[in-house]
Amino acid sequence: MKKNRTISELRTALLSGEETAVGLIEESLAVIAADDGDIHAYVDVFADDVRKDAEKADVILKEKGDSAPLLTGIPLAMKGNILIEGKRATASSKILEKYIAPYNATVTERLQKAGALFVGSTNMDEFAMGSTTESSVFFATKNPLDRTRVPGGSSGGSAAAVAMGSVPAALGTDTGGSVRLPASFCGLVGLKPTYGAVSRHGLIAMGSSFDQAGPLTHSVTDAEQIFSLIAGKDAYDATAYEMGTYPDVVSKEAYRIGVPYELLEGIEPDVRAAFDASVEVLKGQGHTIVDVSLPLMKSGLAAYYVVIPAEISSNLGRYDGVRFGLHIDGANLLEDYRKTRAQGFGSEVKRRILLGTYVLSSGYYDAYYGAAQKVRDLMREEFRTAFADIDCILTPTAPTPAFKIGEKGDPLSMYLGDIFTVSANLIGVPALALPGGTVVRDGVHLPVGIQFMAPHNGENRLFDIGKRYRGE
Amino acid sequence: MKREDIIALADLSRIELSEEEIERFSKEFDDILAYVQTVKDIVEGGAATPALGAVANVFREDTHPHEAGVYSEALLTALPSRKGQFAEVKKILG
Repeated sequence: MKKNRTISELRTALLSGEETAVGLIEESLAVIAADDGDIHAYVDVFADDVRKDAEKADVILKEKGDSAPLLTGIPLAMKGNILIEGKRATASSKILEKYIAPYNATVTERLQKAGALFVGSTNMDEFAMGSTTESSVFFATKNPLDRTRVPGGSSGGSAAAVAMGSVPAALGTDTGGSVRLPASFCGLVGLKPTYGAVSRHGLIAMGSSFDQAGPLTHSVTDAEQIFSLIAGKDAYDATAYEMGTYPDVVSKEAYRIGVPYELLEGIEPDVRAAFDASVEVLKGQGHTIVDVSLPLMKSGLAAYYVVIPAEISSNLGRYDGVRFGLHIDGANLLEDYRKTRAQGFGSEVKRRILLGTYVLSSGYYDAYYGAAQKVRDLMREEFRTAFADIDCILTPTAPTPAFKIGEKGDPLSMYLGDIFTVSANLIGVPALALPGGTVVRDGVHLPVGIQFMAPHNGENRLFDIGKRYRGE
Repeated sequence: MKREDIIALADLSRIELSEEEIERFSKEFDDILAYVQTVKDIVEGGAATPALGAVANVFREDTHPHEAGVYSEALLTALPSRKGQFAEVKKILG
């Protein structure tokens, strides 16, 4: 939206009559028409439906005024792995290219109830596996801030949709950093909620013990508002927890913030300098910064790349060409499966299914999967111990700014870019990524991010510290 | 990783691989597995395994099912091959 207006600003403008929902949607569609042919943030744009929804929203705003639901008339974009009834849900995979969602995800339902207008579904790495949004079967998404670079992934389409000004906020999903990394590369706020804070019902599953949906926004206040609307227990997801499951995480006057400095060795010098500048800002706001040792955080990445393929190989077993999605005919049923999956899945998906099958096979189960789950437990313990002394953990969101399209060739170097983000998913704690300065590459100022992690159920603490850091 | 092993994994995964994919994966998997092996060292390093924390069963009352058939049509339209109310597959038994 014009001048990167926030949801709060648009709400005020809608209530005062300065803007109308129809006007906002026309503005949104105009931005998409002008720029999305090149940026490719969206896979589908729901122009006709959203125009009709906007007319209804204007009626509601007129009738109810202040008491209209909080997102009435606010345009939002949804990642392509979140089901919206009657709309295509492709996860940017060929195997789901023609799949129409038969029901709404819980997050969709809740945002709709709050009055949100869905402009379109966004591009992503296929099945959310990737850090660049290049592995989509449709097209690569470009970073609106520098179109020679990637927007990050896997929720790169959602981030680009916000950064290009077509919507004030979008929903993504985060399994190992897929909301936070694009937030960092596109200069946005991104939240990965506590595991179980938000229902996974209606999200196309990747790693079921990791996946969480979260917002990409321009402000912490907006992220907080969307989180409060989508969070909460859900009968359709047994892992969505009730209030009281975790102890309250209180807000404080000033926080004791732990930085695992040992992990910062080796990140690019100017990214480090931007991080150090953010640390100084936090100190200036009265917080105390301490060095915290979290040696297992590094091993966490290895554990993640054992458990994640294991869960993927199991979750993606459902794509068999029988119940939904692509079907390629073979000589018999077994060949139907083999051909459907061969043509329906891209390289990274096949790679992870095979690796997952390997680490789960009987001879290697204990050595890989069993060991990785133990590391996960040890990490939970390590973080619990750390949180006894500190209120939150601060790291850069990523070791680099956005890289060039096509730059990351081999899978392992791509995996290593997730070093700071996967811990929160492995142990289930919430993490908030915020813009944290810029660095210059090829004469362009590119954003870098900082990330706060808090104990389970600590979103409010993250919002508190984030708003103060951002001066909201 | 040997190409036979890649082919065996592809068989288990019900995915047909091209020659080029077999080549590429057999090279890449060595690097990836060498990297993720570090999880073994940590556990073998004698670190204790704490009891699993926040895991508990979640139950609900077995009541209020939705009306039979209300979602059937929506789900059936997604079938690649349909015969009436059934998904059609090739013959399995000889």
